[in-house]
Amino acid sequence: MKAEISGPTPAGANIEKSPSAFSIMWREVVRDRLALGSLIILGILLSIVYGVSLFLDQEEIVKVDFLSIYSPPSAEHWLGTDYGGRDVFGQLIIGARNSFTIGLAITLITGAIGLIVGLVAGYFGGWIDNVIMRIIDFILVLPFLMLVIVFVAIVPKYNVLTFILIMSAFLWTGKARLIRAKTLAERELDYVSASKTLGTPDWKIIIFQILPNLSSIIIVNLTLSLAGNIGIESGLTYLGFGLPESTPSLGTLVSYATNPDVLQNKWWVWLPASLLILVMMLCINFIGQALKRAADARQRLG
Amino acid sequence: MLKFILRRILIMIPQLFLLSVLIFLLAKAMPGDALTGQLAANPKMDPQTLEEMREKLGLNDPVHIQYIRWVKNMLQGDLGLSYTHQQPVTDLLAGRIGNTVLLSAAILILTYLIAIPLGIVSGRWTDTWADKLIVGYSYLGFATPLFIFALIMLFIFGFHLGWFPTGGSVDVQVEEGTLAYYLSKLNHLMLPALSGALINTVVTIQYLRSEIVDTKVKDFVKTARAKGVPERHIYWRHILRNSFLPIAAFLGYEITGLVGGSVFLESIYSYPGLGQLFLQSIMQRDYSVVTALVMISGLATLVGTLLSDIILSAVDPRIRIE
Repeated sequence: MKAEISGPTPAGANIEKSPSAFSIMWREVVRDRLALGSLIILGILLSIVYGVSLFLDQEEIVKVDFLSIYSPPSAEHWLGTDYGGRDVFGQLIIGARNSFTIGLAITLITGAIGLIVGLVAGYFGGWIDNVIMRIIDFILVLPFLMLVIVFVAIVPKYNVLTFILIMSAFLWTGKARLIRAKTLAERELDYVSASKTLGTPDWKIIIFQILPNLSSIIIVNLTLSLAGNIGIESGLTYLGFGLPESTPSLGTLVSYATNPDVLQNKWWVWLPASLLILVMMLCINFIGQALKRAADARQRLG
Repeated sequence: MLKFILRRILIMIPQLFLLSVLIFLLAKAMPGDALTGQLAANPKMDPQTLEEMREKLGLNDPVHIQYIRWVKNMLQGDLGLSYTHQQPVTDLLAGRIGNTVLLSAAILILTYLIAIPLGIVSGRWTDTWADKLIVGYSYLGFATPLFIFALIMLFIFGFHLGWFPTGGSVDVQVEEGTLAYYLSKLNHLMLPALSGALINTVVTIQYLRSEIVDTKVKDFVKTARAKGVPERHIYWRHILRNSFLPIAAFLGYEITGLVGGSVFLESIYSYPGLGQLFLQSIMQRDYSVVTALVMISGLATLVGTLLSDIILSAVDPRIRIE
């Protein structure tokens, strides 16, 4: 009888490829009905917001019309008007677009900075790591909210870009810490030592080997912090220290609720915006939680 | 142990120093100085007198000398003069700090009162209805921004249902020191404290639950069960003890979180505390008050972190630095 020797597989045989990280994450989102629903709702919301805002002109919306102050929802103004007679629905759409875009910008910038700093600190270790960690620890100790408000108040030429920069300057530290911890762990693994022995330059190891292994964590972190950043931006605008009033955000509409009369009687001004913030953050969060579960095989639903 | 505490405090000192330098430079960058308040009160002062007063107060000295003087004053309790109120900043703060401390304490107590039972129930009886509800609540709470939740709470419970008062910290008609005064203070405290606590609990609940779930499957628990130790004893003595440690350590971080949260809560509920003072001062460009408040909150954050590290090292022998 011929001994069963498993030789090399013949050419053209179908070897099953292990599923890529993205397909695992996508499958997890689809299996989790909450996350799937959130993805659909978010998709619809964003397409409405970005689509309709193409038709609306930001300056038109912000123009004051004293004849129709505080009118309740009607056929002409779908969500009524505010204290300046401005259409609330238009402000809602443009505000949502602004809030989301700015939140996305902050997330991407902090992600990029945090990623680079974290990778460098974690990979090279030694005194570079020490110095960077000291800086990060110090920034983390600062009272974030208060300092952002102070900076917003005293920066001379204030606009959306300075706001994004101020926020990013504080928020990158959390990501850097996380990435550094993961990089430290990855660095000890054998494949890194093997690459070093082969003479691969450091930057190639970092970008092409360690980074892809961190990708799932990075994506989860980016998603969850997107929700957080939208929340922080709305909160700051609510207090009056976020976007200037010429650039409406969802927080601007909510800030009208500081007036108790508006809070009680003219709910159409602030309630839709608050609910929209809530829905957006919840959706992004649910998707992020599903992605987080996808990264940990024990907790996967699929 | 003592050595660890000393070393940890030693690390805090350069952080404190850097913090004070940063805040001092920030204060210098803000428009106006110690005389702006005087100027507002007597606008007819001529520039010559102003310059002489500046010299006398040492406002033209080199920066590092001003810094040293500022620190010395702070250590002696002199935080400068408010620009708009013509009062020493320390008096302004003293009036409000009690309210903020009260609110923070109330939030902390409520947070632990709610989070610990819920976390234990969720961890002990996983995958039951109670657990699913609690986990769902923690997901919702994690995603909801504080100010929106507080606003909706105010709308529903304050205005529509009228269960709680909607502003201030105490009724104006009651006299200080009477029972009615304390009750009224508590009444005004409930809504902001509840709003803050209900959002704060979620992190603790998630952590407690995952710790309990992890500890439940450890070998030493199986051993205890095999020995015949009653279930309740296992939970109390072994599992919970191990799970509580990180919660105790988070106490310090809770304090730092409260600093930021109080700004929102006090603004929404018109609660006269340090957070509201901060917002008002910024809007009135009263930068000496702002500087003092930022310094205090930075200090609170530093102390909170220090506390966390000390507690964590005290209860977890694995973390102690040699």
